This record gives sequence, structure tokens and C-alpha cells, in this order.
Amino acid sequence: MRRVAVTGMGAVSALGLGVPSLWAGVSAGRSGVRRITNFDATGFLAQVAAEVPSFDPASHFNDTECEMLDRFSQFALVATAEACAQSGLMLADGERDRAGVAIGSAMGGAVTQDDGYRKLYGEGKTRAHPFSIPRIMNNAPAAHISMRYGLRGPALAIATACAAAAHALGESAEMIRTGRADVMIAGGADAPITPGITRCWEAMRVLAPAPAGDPSRACRPFSRDRLGMVLGEGAGILVLESWERATARGAPILAELAGYGTTSDAEHMTQPGTRSPARAIAIALEQARLAPCDIDYVNAHGTATRLNDSTETTILKLAFGPHATKLAISSTKAVHGHAMGASAALEAIATILALRHGVIPPTANYTEPDPACDLDYVPNVPRELAARAAISNSFAFGGLNAVLVLRRAELPPAPGAPRQATGSDRH
Amino acid sequence: MIPVVDGKLSVVDDIERQVIEAIAKKKKLDPASVTAATTFEQLGLDSLDAADLIFTIEDTFKIVVPDEAALSMRSVAEIVSGVRTLVGQRAQGASAS
Repeated sequence: MRRVAVTGMGAVSALGLGVPSLWAGVSAGRSGVRRITNFDATGFLAQVAAEVPSFDPASHFNDTECEMLDRFSQFALVATAEACAQSGLMLADGERDRAGVAIGSAMGGAVTQDDGYRKLYGEGKTRAHPFSIPRIMNNAPAAHISMRYGLRGPALAIATACAAAAHALGESAEMIRTGRADVMIAGGADAPITPGITRCWEAMRVLAPAPAGDPSRACRPFSRDRLGMVLGEGAGILVLESWERATARGAPILAELAGYGTTSDAEHMTQPGTRSPARAIAIALEQARLAPCDIDYVNAHGTATRLNDSTETTILKLAFGPHATKLAISSTKAVHGHAMGASAALEAIATILALRHGVIPPTANYTEPDPACDLDYVPNVPRELAARAAISNSFAFGGLNAVLVLRRAELPPAPGAPRQATGSDRH
Repeated sequence: MIPVVDGKLSVVDDIERQVIEAIAKKKKLDPASVTAATTFEQLGLDSLDAADLIFTIEDTFKIVVPDEAALSMRSVAEIVSGVRTLVGQRAQGASAS
């Protein structure tokens, strides 16, 4: 089985355009959560969100392109341009058949759908715009990326809700590992901060209310006083390549995507399980040929709901045993919000930069320990730590779990070289 | 060119002018470069672009172009002719009621 190199990264998030903006906010624990401006949120329970600040489509796309692109596709293309530029990706015509794309999205073209339905049901219009379907469909970003970059290999859209980008990255890595593709552009994109979708999330009673005073304090993962998640938006895109291809062309190797584990709870639509997520961690570590004690950092799913954070604590104890207390754990959702299908890609980027910079991003807005969350969550202050390897957890509604193992690029391959996890564990 | 009769645009020519203006705006062209004889192929309009254009035309003239008619339109003249028919039918319907 082949090793998988990360050679480029791009991000659009509440912390601004670009990976440097994302890292500046994440590493400092400076939150991008603000009062909602995408629509008039008067009368909404959720008054705050992690919106991409002052995003101007016209500065990235011409009028014709804008007409065809929902906001989530715009985010995906902007992040892809950054990732490909960093990677220096050049594909000869013969290589395009073995280059693909996989983009996760939970909500698809939500802005187009919300606006369109408002016109139909609210304003009595009887016809929708002819571009509605190509804008709304979940595979729009994958299609646009494949067309723009001439990728003629696999092109997939992954719709596993809050874990979508982790599944997109993991499945893309599998394609490279097993030789079905040499290059994959993978990640996630979502733009769900619309009146309709915000109302739907409110109804689930998992959104944090606006705090008195500073809105950026709304999302408080693992803290005893946490009150729920904050909706976010954006895109995270990674360029993945076979290790041989990346080294042969002298590409910048930012990290190794060394392992991927995916499982399902098969229990409940919204209540997270513990055994299956822990098993996803074990599968990912096995594929990476790493032991629990080789992991120094965990980028947690950490949504800041009461149930997620205590359950994730249990999952980490199950998966890591006594080593759980030695892990540096943080949730970066406090600062970039829960960007749905984009979250896991933004978090993979944060994890890779934590390994590269030797700095663990803190869990921002942490105020007091919760007895149900009794591990080391790196509260509020970044920590210098030369972490060797890390995992990034994503646990979606429906009980769909995905875990990525990321390793520092300069480390030699784990003994025995990466291989696929055993069939009995994976099915 | 826009035909002018006695210094005023006739109703029929107004339809053609509005169609040409809508096309020129969408394709970022000088309206003078688009005539009734211009085809979708010459304009570089693919089937999705054509659907978008006809949607704009429907909005402009407050008409609904049936699918069959929309799919058969391949030139400016065919749009203009279709719009004339539909606007005429609407006018008849309005006077009948």
C-alpha cells in the first residue's frame, strides 16, 4: 500500500480567507463567531454564527461564474485555488485520468435553496431559476473542481453530515493508497447560515444562545458551562498525492495522511455512541501502524453540546486507555464554528499546522472544568509541543464516524510501512 | 439595427429590441452586434445558457414559454417569434375576459 502525502492546503473560514488567517485565529484561540449578518436574525434564538467575513464573490469570479455557483461552491473553489497553488500541482494530460476530487457537504447549495423556496412559497413565484439544480446539488463543488482543474478520475460528493470532509479525505487517501488514483483534491464545503436552516437547527435545541456581551464566547467546548454549538461556514481543501509522486516532483510535503478509520454506531440518529467511534480510532491507528502512545494531539469533534463533549471524552478513554490522560486535546470549533461538511477539513488543516509549528491550538472560551470532561483540553492558551502524530475526530449525526491520523512529514515511515487495515475490522 | 418608424419604436420592434437587449446584457455584447438572424450557436449559448436566457425573457414579458417551444428555439428570430405569439395570446386572453 502506498503512502499519502498532503502537498497543499486551502481554507475559507470565519477567520478569513486563506490558511494563514485560519491558523492565526486557531493558534491564538481567537474566535470568529459574531452576530449573524448573512440575514436579519431578529427573533431567532441563534443570534450568532461563524460567518466568513466580508466575502465578495466578484473578487474571485466573473458574473457568469457567479450565476452558476452557490456560496458553498464559491468557498470550495477559492480554497482549492489556494491549495493547488501551494502544492504547485501541474498535471500532464496523461495524469488527469488518475487525478480526482472528493468534496464533502452536509447541506449543499443551501443559500440557493433557501432563497428559491422563499420566492416560491413566500412571494408566490411559480418558477425557479434554471440554474437552481446545478447550484444546489451536493456534487456541485466536485464537478466545478474537476472541470476547472481537468481532473478526469474519480469525482465524488460525500454527504455524511458533520463528518463529510473527513470521509472525503479518508476515502481519497484510500484511493491513492490502493492505486486507484495518484492525486486527489479533497475536503469539504458548506454555507448553511440561512434563515431556513438556522430555524431547523434551532428546533433540535443544540445551538448556543448569544452570550451576554461578547458574541465570540458563544461556543465553549468541554467547558462545564457549554450551551451548544455555533453554526459556521467555509471550505477546507487538501491536495493529496502518492508519496512517490510528491517526492519525485519535489513537492512540499506538509504531512502524511497516515491512517483513516470509519465506522457506524447503528444505534441512534442523534445520540453519539462510544464503541464504534473508539473502534474508528483503533482502525485508523492500525492503518497508520501507530500505537495509542504515538499520538500526542487530538483535534476533537468537540461541538460544545452537552452530550457530544462528555461522550467524546469517554470515546478517547476507550480508544487510548491510560494514554488518554497524556493527550493534548482541543476543539477548534470554538473559533471557526461548526462549518458542517467543511469542519473536518478545516480541522485537518489545523491539525497539520499544529504538527508543523509545534504548537497545539487551544480550546478557546474554556471557563470551568466539567467532571464529565476530565482530560487535558489545552484550555485557552496555545501550548508548545513537538507532537509527532495526531488524530482528527469527526462524528456525524446518524452515528457515522470518521477518524484521520496525521503524521509529521519528516518522520520516517512507521515500521512495516502503511498498509490497509484488516478486512474483519473494516466491514 | 433597430428599425425606426416615424421616430417611434413599433410594438413589434420593441419586442425584438428587448430580446436583443436581454441577450446582449447576458453575453456582454454590443446590442448592435446582435440581429434577428443571430443563432444561439453564434452567441456561444449552450442548452443551459439558453434555458437561462429564456427564463429572463419570460420574466421580461411576463409570459410562460412551453417546454416544447423553448427547446426548439435556436436563434434570436425564433425567440422573437415565440414571444410575439405568446404576448399576442395573452392580449387576446385579456380582451376575452
